[in-house]
Amino acid sequence: MSMQDDEILGKAYDSNLMMRLIRYLRPYKWQVTGAIVLSMVVALLESVRPFFTKIAVDDNIAKGDKEGLLYTTMLFFAVLMIRGVMQFFNAYLTQWIGQKTIYDLRIEIYRHLQYRSLRFFDKNPIGRLITRVTNDVEVLNEMFSSGIVMVFSDVFMIIGIVWLMFSMNWKLAIITLSVLPFLFYGTFLFRKKAREAYREVRLQVAKINTFMQEHISGMLVDQIFNRQKKSFKKFEYINGAHRDANIKSIFYYALFYPSVDIIGSVVVGLIIWYSANGIIEGTVTIGTIMAFLQFNEMFWRPIRDLSEKYNIMQTAMASSERIFKLLDDKTAIIDSENPVSLNKTKGKIEFKNVWFAYNDEEWILKNISLTIFPGETIAIVGHTGAGKTTIINLLDRMYDIQKGEILIDGINIKNVSQVDLRKNIGLVMQDVFLFSGDVKTNIDLGNEEISIDKVKHSAEMVGVKKFIDSLQGGFSGEVKERGSTFSVGQKQLISFARTLAYNPQILVLDEATSSVDTETEILIQQAIIKLLQDRTSIVIAHRLSTIQRADKIIVMHKGEIRESGNHQELLAVGGIYQKLYQLQYKEQEKASLN
Amino acid sequence: MKLLYHLLPYLQKYRSTLSWGLVTIILANLLGVVLPHFIGNAIDTMQQLPKDGEKLLSEMIWYSLLVISFTIMSGVFTYYTRQTIIVVSRKIEFDLRNTFLSFLQQQPLSYFQKTPTGDLMAHATNDINAVRNALGPGIMYPIDSLMTLVFSLMFMFVKSWTLTLIALIPLPLVSLAVYYAGKTIHTKSIEKQETYSKLTTRAQENLSGIRVVKSYVREEYEIGLFEKLSTSYLKKNLELAKVQSLMWPMMFLLVGSSILLTIYFGGLKVINNEITIGTLTAFLAYLVMLIWPMIAFGWVINILQQGGASMGRLQKIIDREPEIKNSTDTNYVITDIDGEIEYKNVSFTHESANRTALKNINLKISKGSTLAIVGHTGSGKSTLINLIPRLYDITEGNLLIDGNDIRTIPLETLRTKIGYVSQETFLFSDSIAENIFYGVEDKKTDELISSASVSQISVDVEEFQNKYETIIGERGITLSGGQKQRTSIARAIIKNPKILIIDDALSAVDTYTEDKILHRLREVMKERTSIIISHRISTVKDANLIIVLENGEIVEKGTHDELVKLNGIYSDLYSKQLLEQELEKL
Repeated sequence: MSMQDDEILGKAYDSNLMMRLIRYLRPYKWQVTGAIVLSMVVALLESVRPFFTKIAVDDNIAKGDKEGLLYTTMLFFAVLMIRGVMQFFNAYLTQWIGQKTIYDLRIEIYRHLQYRSLRFFDKNPIGRLITRVTNDVEVLNEMFSSGIVMVFSDVFMIIGIVWLMFSMNWKLAIITLSVLPFLFYGTFLFRKKAREAYREVRLQVAKINTFMQEHISGMLVDQIFNRQKKSFKKFEYINGAHRDANIKSIFYYALFYPSVDIIGSVVVGLIIWYSANGIIEGTVTIGTIMAFLQFNEMFWRPIRDLSEKYNIMQTAMASSERIFKLLDDKTAIIDSENPVSLNKTKGKIEFKNVWFAYNDEEWILKNISLTIFPGETIAIVGHTGAGKTTIINLLDRMYDIQKGEILIDGINIKNVSQVDLRKNIGLVMQDVFLFSGDVKTNIDLGNEEISIDKVKHSAEMVGVKKFIDSLQGGFSGEVKERGSTFSVGQKQLISFARTLAYNPQILVLDEATSSVDTETEILIQQAIIKLLQDRTSIVIAHRLSTIQRADKIIVMHKGEIRESGNHQELLAVGGIYQKLYQLQYKEQEKASLN
Repeated sequence: MKLLYHLLPYLQKYRSTLSWGLVTIILANLLGVVLPHFIGNAIDTMQQLPKDGEKLLSEMIWYSLLVISFTIMSGVFTYYTRQTIIVVSRKIEFDLRNTFLSFLQQQPLSYFQKTPTGDLMAHATNDINAVRNALGPGIMYPIDSLMTLVFSLMFMFVKSWTLTLIALIPLPLVSLAVYYAGKTIHTKSIEKQETYSKLTTRAQENLSGIRVVKSYVREEYEIGLFEKLSTSYLKKNLELAKVQSLMWPMMFLLVGSSILLTIYFGGLKVINNEITIGTLTAFLAYLVMLIWPMIAFGWVINILQQGGASMGRLQKIIDREPEIKNSTDTNYVITDIDGEIEYKNVSFTHESANRTALKNINLKISKGSTLAIVGHTGSGKSTLINLIPRLYDITEGNLLIDGNDIRTIPLETLRTKIGYVSQETFLFSDSIAENIFYGVEDKKTDELISSASVSQISVDVEEFQNKYETIIGERGITLSGGQKQRTSIARAIIKNPKILIIDDALSAVDTYTEDKILHRLREVMKERTSIIISHRISTVKDANLIIVLENGEIVEKGTHDELVKLNGIYSDLYSKQLLEQELEKL
């Protein structure tokens, strides 16, 4: 999907996009100016080389002036050195500008993403967002560095050469320039053809990659269905198309480079032919001829560079369009203008006739009303899809509700800042998410207000400290991506420690269903007791022990609260809870009895 | 050199084209290298004959035409050089990539489980590319450069050997500079790439864990972390930029010095009447010709080094022998199978694991019967059936098909006669028809329709606008889990298999449709063997034999009624599912 999106090639130039892009250069306007000036000077110094040859030949060598020759050569060397140094600084400076600009842009996108709401992430696949932050920004580097500044360099180079040629001999200048239209046309034609061929190559590369990817993932199917030979034929065909596309592009290169040489040789011929007259008339010197022969060679590099800028612009436009589209998507949950401050809640939670749907009117929660008093523990139970997790999302204000009110300490959560709200609510999710890094950072999440002692204490409290200490490096021990080297139970305990370290007034716990070994299970159960202590807690419970400890059990079914009460009461009713009990919890009772 | 050795068989195929390429390189250079000579002569003539206008003009026209015509001739050969040598490199790239794929096709399942797809893709793209680079430009430029060097030097030495030596002093430094810069750029690029992938990984992790970030209000901290990574990426980029920015001025300086030395010492020689001004001009032109070869030498060494390393990696992979293949024990007389399967004391341990996945399995599935397997995740269900199409080879005991050891049956025969529907349904992004026809040679529409109707996918397909020509996947429509499963069942049935294996591939199909599918399957598979893995009692209850696997062992075995009475794992599962059904109705 995202690939198709990325394949779209926009216009080569869009002034609105360009203006918006240029704005990113503003903080570096002095550097940009400096780079432009430098590239002008470099271009000028570059183009004087033939001029020195002329002086050396006509003024020194022809007149037998050895001292003058040395002087000219030394001067030439000085120019060469200065130019080299300036060229270095210029090249580095343009790269620097490009890198700084895309750094700024990248951070801006990243920051933008951090503050989008979950609705935004529901509709934007992560892969695509990452492409924006990485590839698309990367593409702009070329435009910000060589794309903008180097255009000046190329243009000045051409201007410099033309100016010097005319000042030396305008007739020879015109003769030399006479092939320029052909060179321009040829180069741009080549660029166009090469670009088309390149696009075709890229298309074929994408096809090969897709095929490979698909057939490596589906190799089992290929083998079981005995399709290896046929698949191979198909691959050979795609692979062949890729080869042919490349061969076509080789053809253009093979044609272009000799053509440039031939155009150049025509100029050489013309210069020689015309100079014969000029020498006789005395208007042309040997030095002039030599200078013009050199000018002739210097022309086509800036022309080729200019033609490349077209490609750079085109890809940059396409990337920036995608980036700006992302930056313009402001999907977020907005804090009210004058939020009520909520430093430390007492922990009273109320849901008043809450209705919620992720899409349109597909109600996930229907008219939910619920009050939880400070310090109470509520267990929510229900079958898959009953809407349990949604309740958590709403309390944390990850989504805004469509109808009804959610209150904390009697204040509508929409009137509290999200920072205040979430500081007061500790969330333990079912799928524990660990970041790569070290254990400590996974507990304190980089919060400097949480001391290492507190981290250790929290780990101790939930009974995971022993395990952490046993790791190589202890609390600084490495955590791999998604904590892949830890067991499910260990990950859960670490996430408990995380919540405890933040010490929230309200705890929301979505118990994991996956089974763990008995030892870890005991640890987890004890940790949960610690977590629930002295807090208002909402638990989506899968453990009988947790349910039995709750002050009240809420039974949800198909988006509604269907039963509520304590364990014994609900069992006595013989409704949904009783069935759920038999389905999910009875076995645990058996197990704990054993 | 190792590179050349590995590539020899590939190169040999194109040896005549390559020889032609060599000839054209030599000719192009021979023709090109006389150009400065002509220009020099022209200049000398102008210097000597300034008064005789007519004669000078006609001589100059002659020189002009010489320059142009020689450039054209040289250009024609240059064109052919690219069209032969570079084209051949693309052809070898094609051959290499084909070899790579056919290698992959022979590898068993276990190979793909331990080798990440990303790694294989990287070999297929980066490594093959590096080899291609070493083959095309890596062959063309050194030869071309060598020719230019030899021929120009010959001319230059004849004209003035002392000036040649002086002019050449800075040029080897160009090669050296390019070589070292190229090397540094390569290593710096790798470093840069590593930082870049760290940056990408962090973004990936952050966005995957955005809920945690939000609920703990860690947005600013995350931005800070990302800033740090971006800064180090910025630094790496600037380090690279520094080397790159340094390289070109260095080269221009060296080349410029060479020109300068020529002008000064050549100029002195002209003043002393040791050489003519025309010779000086020719020298300057030769120097311009030599710049590129000098750059190319340094550059090509890097290309060859990288290409050699890549070819080494590729060769190491390609040389690997597949573990599962026909062997000397294979009895090619067997061209069909009946479908009777027998496990005799079969045990199996995965290569990478130390835990035995299957322990001492004894089981006989007679022709025409249906076996159902239930058990928890990880109990060994899939492993048990994966042994039948030899996705793995057993490590202990005997697995017999029709009384023959499975290893004596030719692999192609075995797999042709097995219809296999895997747990993770995999469809190709192609039309539905092509997906169903995947395993058959003759594409008969009536068979397509009948197998689609057995698997109940026909009803859905009829509703699609393009019917069976509907494209699935990224470029087309997305099928639901159930539709995918039903399509892959059709794909297995159309093969007319003697053994049909369905690995939990009805899980996303609703019970009503499932019932229909099972009913139709029973008709189709009447004379053949079926094996069904499922978590659902409704799927397995009518099987001739049901086994319950636990930790790689058969713990319960019997018919539905027998197992329910047993009061074990199966009956527990059964009562739970009844409860679920009741809950659904509430």
